[in-house]
Amino acid sequence: MELICPAGTPASFRDAVEAGADAVYCGFRDETNARNFPGLNFNAQELAEAAARARSNGVSTLVAINTYMRAGAEELWYRAVDNAAVAGADAIIVADLGLLAYAAERHPALRRHLSVQAAAANAEHINFLVDAFGIKRVVLPRVLTVAEVGAICRKARCETEVFVFGGLCVMEEGRCSLSSYATGKSPNMDGVCSPASHVRYRQDGSDMVSELGDFTINRFPKDEPTGYPTLCKGRFVAGGTAGYVFEDPASLDVLTHLEALARFGVSALKIEGRQRGRAYIAQVVREIRNRLDGLAAGEQQEDEATLLKLSEGQRTTQGSYDKRWR
Amino acid sequence: MNLPRVVRLLARPMPVAAIQLVAQASLDGVVARHPQLFDRLSEYENRRFAIIATDLGLCFIIVPHSRRLSVQRDTSAPKADVRIAGSLLTLLSLAEGRLDGDAEFFARGLNIEGDMEAALALRNAMEDCRLDLPTDLASMAGPLRRPVEWGLSRIRSHLLSRGGARWN
Repeated sequence: MELICPAGTPASFRDAVEAGADAVYCGFRDETNARNFPGLNFNAQELAEAAARARSNGVSTLVAINTYMRAGAEELWYRAVDNAAVAGADAIIVADLGLLAYAAERHPALRRHLSVQAAAANAEHINFLVDAFGIKRVVLPRVLTVAEVGAICRKARCETEVFVFGGLCVMEEGRCSLSSYATGKSPNMDGVCSPASHVRYRQDGSDMVSELGDFTINRFPKDEPTGYPTLCKGRFVAGGTAGYVFEDPASLDVLTHLEALARFGVSALKIEGRQRGRAYIAQVVREIRNRLDGLAAGEQQEDEATLLKLSEGQRTTQGSYDKRWR
Repeated sequence: MNLPRVVRLLARPMPVAAIQLVAQASLDGVVARHPQLFDRLSEYENRRFAIIATDLGLCFIIVPHSRRLSVQRDTSAPKADVRIAGSLLTLLSLAEGRLDGDAEFFARGLNIEGDMEAALALRNAMEDCRLDLPTDLASMAGPLRRPVEWGLSRIRSHLLSRGGARWN
């Protein structure tokens, strides 16, 4: 299985390559990708340089152009596809069907991967897109159980890629409107969930309070680990009890399922976190690389969470991969 | 991950003007070696950043556009667009990309208030420069560059090993 690693800057791209990535994914410095954060991402020249360096190390470059095109401004997304092709990307990761059609028509030799944001959660959906747009790989949404991933792998006529570690959201890939509701901006259209422009942290005595737009998201007593200031991870009072109404602040960690995923024929494992620092990228990539090498050598897989300190809220979950709710 | 107590005690009586002189020279040295440092800051270059070393009780005010830095002992409510507070070692490790900012924030090792866009831009700009402070600072030492770099690297290794964390 290939290890697909995130990079938000050329420096972290290099770290990912050195730490053992098989492929690195990144995006341009605009709203064409779902990590459109200040100071993050690549211009066309940086991408070309990173892709060339990666290729000389036998590593692929995947470019996420995975937001939905805004009506009347499609040119920005078309240009991103053109620039990725010119820069020497090995594949683009796309969610918008119109953009997939553009890429298939204008750059037929450029591999097209279906983004997690497209939320293709069954083999029929995936195979339709294989036939219509020639997608070579689907990144499966984080709404599936391990068994469902296996079922899709059996029927899908393209490669499959699954998230194994990193930030986890409310499992409405490509359809979540919580950030739009609170701030007017969304990961789907603007590439930002809970944009920094709307985030405020303030100390209230020894508590740290996080706010998003007009909403108080959480109040953390001294020394309690914190999470991201998103509505889905907010601690609210419902029925007189304060708690996490949507989901707890925790990162996805399904490294204990690597053996099963390999058995199903999953092609690639993805690490979330283009917005994270070089230390996160180097440590997470190295850890998962070691596990994959151990798996290939037939070693017994460890059953412990080794990346807790890098996890949101310093906790991890298997999310829907280990689904115990209806 | 605080500095050793003896270092903190020694730093306490140091005049602010002297600290500011050293800090400004360090900033100049780093900028000289990494002129692209502020590229990623773009429009946030004019923001006023307060970097607070909580274990030293010092606040470093930086306006990247001016390349100027000032130091004050009052850390309670510095006049700034962004306030980033943590131990000096945490702050320097973040600058070098040895620690992950989000992870430190989750663990409460880092406190950030104010303009979060500017804070993110600063973090990403510094990360992309691959700063190596012993090398960067030693470059100002002229013919003594090599021994200074060696000495600073040793000090860094010692301080980081005290923290017991996993480093990049």
